[in-house]
Amino acid sequence: MTSNASASLTISVTELTKKYGRVFALNAVSIDVRAGEFLTLLGPSGSGKTTLLMAIAGFNRPDSGRICFADEDITVLPPHKRGVGMVFQNYALFPHMSVFENVAFPLKLRKISAEEKHHRVMEALKTVQLSGYAERGIDQLSGGQRQRVALARAFVFGPKILLMDEPLSALDKKLREEMQIELKQLHRQLGVTTVYVTHDQREALTMSDRIAVINEGELAQIGTPREIYNRPANQFVASFIGESSFIPLHRNDSGQLVHESVAVLPVPNEETGKEWSLVIRPERLLLEKPKAKRTNGKIFFDGVITELVYQGETAIVMIELGNGKIVTSRANTRAGDDVDSLELGQKVSVSIDKNDAIVIPGGTK
Amino acid sequence: MASPEINKIEHLNADKLLAAERHENLTIFALSLPALIAVLVVIVIPVGWLFSLSFLDSSGQLSLVNYQKMIEYKSYARVFKTTFNVSILTTLLCILIGYPLAYFLSQIPRRYVGFFMLTVLLPFWTSLLVRTYAWLVMLQRNGLINNFAIDLGLWDTPLKLAHNLNGTLIGMVHIMLPFLILPLYAAMRRIDPHALQAAANLGATPVQAFWQIFVPLSLPGVVAGSLIVFVLCLGFYVTPAVLGGGRVILVSMQITAILEDQFNWGAASALGVVLLVLTFAALFLASRFLKLDEVMFGKR
Amino acid sequence: MSWWQKAASETQVTHRQRVWLYILATIIMFLLVIPTVIVIPMSFSESQYLEFPPREWSLRWYHEYLNTPRWVNATITSFKVATLTMLVATPFGTMAAYGLFVSGGRMSKMLFFTLMTPMIVPVILIAIGTFYVFGRIGLVNSIFGLVMAHTVLSVPIVMIIVTSALRTYDLNQERVAQSLGSTRIRAFFEITLPQLKFSIVTAALLAFLTSFDEVIISIFLSGGGNSTLTKQMFSALRDYIDPTIAAISTLMILLSTGLMLSLQILGGRGAR
Ligand SMILES: Nc1ncnc2c1ncn2[C@@H]1O[C@H](COP(=O)(O)OP(=O)(O)O)[C@@H](O)[C@H]1O
Ligand SMILES: [Mg+2]
Repeated sequence: MTSNASASLTISVTELTKKYGRVFALNAVSIDVRAGEFLTLLGPSGSGKTTLLMAIAGFNRPDSGRICFADEDITVLPPHKRGVGMVFQNYALFPHMSVFENVAFPLKLRKISAEEKHHRVMEALKTVQLSGYAERGIDQLSGGQRQRVALARAFVFGPKILLMDEPLSALDKKLREEMQIELKQLHRQLGVTTVYVTHDQREALTMSDRIAVINEGELAQIGTPREIYNRPANQFVASFIGESSFIPLHRNDSGQLVHESVAVLPVPNEETGKEWSLVIRPERLLLEKPKAKRTNGKIFFDGVITELVYQGETAIVMIELGNGKIVTSRANTRAGDDVDSLELGQKVSVSIDKNDAIVIPGGTK
Repeated sequence: MASPEINKIEHLNADKLLAAERHENLTIFALSLPALIAVLVVIVIPVGWLFSLSFLDSSGQLSLVNYQKMIEYKSYARVFKTTFNVSILTTLLCILIGYPLAYFLSQIPRRYVGFFMLTVLLPFWTSLLVRTYAWLVMLQRNGLINNFAIDLGLWDTPLKLAHNLNGTLIGMVHIMLPFLILPLYAAMRRIDPHALQAAANLGATPVQAFWQIFVPLSLPGVVAGSLIVFVLCLGFYVTPAVLGGGRVILVSMQITAILEDQFNWGAASALGVVLLVLTFAALFLASRFLKLDEVMFGKR
Repeated sequence: MSWWQKAASETQVTHRQRVWLYILATIIMFLLVIPTVIVIPMSFSESQYLEFPPREWSLRWYHEYLNTPRWVNATITSFKVATLTMLVATPFGTMAAYGLFVSGGRMSKMLFFTLMTPMIVPVILIAIGTFYVFGRIGLVNSIFGLVMAHTVLSVPIVMIIVTSALRTYDLNQERVAQSLGSTRIRAFFEITLPQLKFSIVTAALLAFLTSFDEVIISIFLSGGGNSTLTKQMFSALRDYIDPTIAAISTLMILLSTGLMLSLQILGGRGAR
């Protein structure tokens, strides 16, 4: 929709650095957020997500770097001139105002006529499904309702950028999953450039157009959920998003990556490092039938079952490879897969499709 | 040729950001400037001036004569001893009386605390001078207490209760009690009741649980409260002046006496400096055991 | 099971076993309150010698108080000084508390402690120090000098109350307001201030009472036509026990407990 494209701005963050004492909360982070995109900042607690978001909103002054909205450098612009909608984890609703007054607050500041104000507040409340609640006090709302008021207040004045800092983390699991879908729909409806912070990888995968993974103040990887999951760029991303087993690989002289003297894969690019790791996602590591044919498109490993965990639709099978390395396979519990017949100590072989095999530079810790 | 370019990128916008930062810090600093100026005018300059006066003799020459006198003259030593003794006694009596009441308040259901707490707050809110006056009236020769006691047959002739050390102590303890009880009560409320349940579960009798669990856990409150009381006692003036009847001379009273009788600023200042140093020493010693901000907040 | 036998504590001590504590606490509470209120009935006595209970009731000492210009003038001075102190100390203390709270950091902590020194420095030192310095610039016996000294005594109290209110306040509200287009100053006045209202009123009243009840500095810095009530009371107390003071004390008790009690009641209704 063209109308949506004009309702949003690009954000470009360049070399943003912020130190607290000796700690780099942000270390030369550069991220470009596309117009109308839903970008999630994902990382463990203390990785610098909030610091980055607050810098974009103008509440946190970086030590150096540049932030632009479209082509305009807003690095030192005061927050009230930036025109970004903002939702905090604890909502930060104004408790001395009603729901209506909360949502009307940005419109009041913009001196919008009473009629128009009323219309727009009601429209926004309708969007977040709180039509009947305008005159309520904040203390009469449930957690989920407060969340919606905070949201309505953030977009009612038509900001071109929406920033959210772990907005769902205070809600219980069921409500949180409902709100994830609703937020996604709202984003589609408004088409506003959104930067969303979470430490929950599943939430990030569910909601985002793209994910920027942050670790210790640095950008670890940026990409679509599929790219991040299927092609993690390093060990941190691979272990933080989804489950992974790591198997050490060596590069031999002919440019092949080798495990236990068996060449498994070609080196993916021109990089020269000797140490590499194979990343294995449990659901992609398949248990082989005892006499299965070893086809060329797969990598095979032999080992002994050390742990079996039944989880209903799937079962976790941990397999110790010859050298003490343990890999995890997640197997279906369908009758045909014979998981029920597995026993501790049993010798098995497992395989992974070469297309599912992920290779990252660096050794395995 | 490439290095300046790299440098530039590394410190992108750094100057602009630093300027903005400075501006903001200045604005925020400016908010506390009026209060700081007031402190400068009322505390720093006057106390600093006294400090310098204390090092001048009567002819305006730099000397330590004021401090020498303090060591040589027995009367000064007596004043410091009295001040110290009165402060310690008051503090101990406050603990003795305040602890049971704080304990009582911490044990009753919260919804009743407000009511009983009024008995601590009412005196706390009431002017110190008024309370001192009330004690003077109650303690005098034919005052309330003597009359009652004689009516009850506790003693025959009126006892001398006011205008001496007894009266001073009674008045000071009454005035200082809220300063002990309020932080102590807060500390007792912070004690996790599960700790006592666990003790009981492990076989402690209620008395053992009280002495071995509750009392040690309430000690920070006792220390905080007694510190406030002790420090306030060191500089006390009004109550001993009125209830001591000239028989209990504390440092602060000696200071005014010197000014009124001899108009000797040097001697008075030297006493003041020593009083200030003692006060800070007490606080410093205490700060090695507990967080000073908590103590200050206990004081509300 | 009667109330007696019910458990009174986590360690299953019954109320009956706690009787000694209840009796002891009652005695202590009695001793705390009696000296605070005893002068009230005594002030209505007809006699020269303060009696309890008064044999004959009268308003004699209240008439005495109201008809003695010395007392009336002192009362007016005290009200003037206390009101001005409140009007100065409350904004000074609130501004400083807010500024130091939002900036955080080492420097702020230092400034905070600097502003707390009036609570630590013995008042007698402040009294003679200001007497000496203000004497040289003609501020002794002036309302201005007294208000300044009382302001410094009150600022720490205001700051402690406002800071502890800010601790339970969510500064993100101010940030949200700014993101919604409000300047920082406007966000403070429209969002933060209304929510700190109760604490600031409390702080203001305490500043008023601090000044109104202050004795030592008043003894040194006020005088002549500008003597405060406490200064007059103190000198009257040292000379002889003037029963008029019982009447004045009663009024002062009513003033302070009235103010503080109404605050407590308001506070009980959940105002911040
Ligand atoms: N005001 C502050 N003072 C000192 N250190 C801070 C401050 N805010 C954040 N930090 C530090 O910066 C790092 C990043 O914090 P933050 O951005 O809040 O992480 P996240 O939001 O990803 O959990 C952390 O190490 C944190 O301790
Ligand atoms: Mg965070």
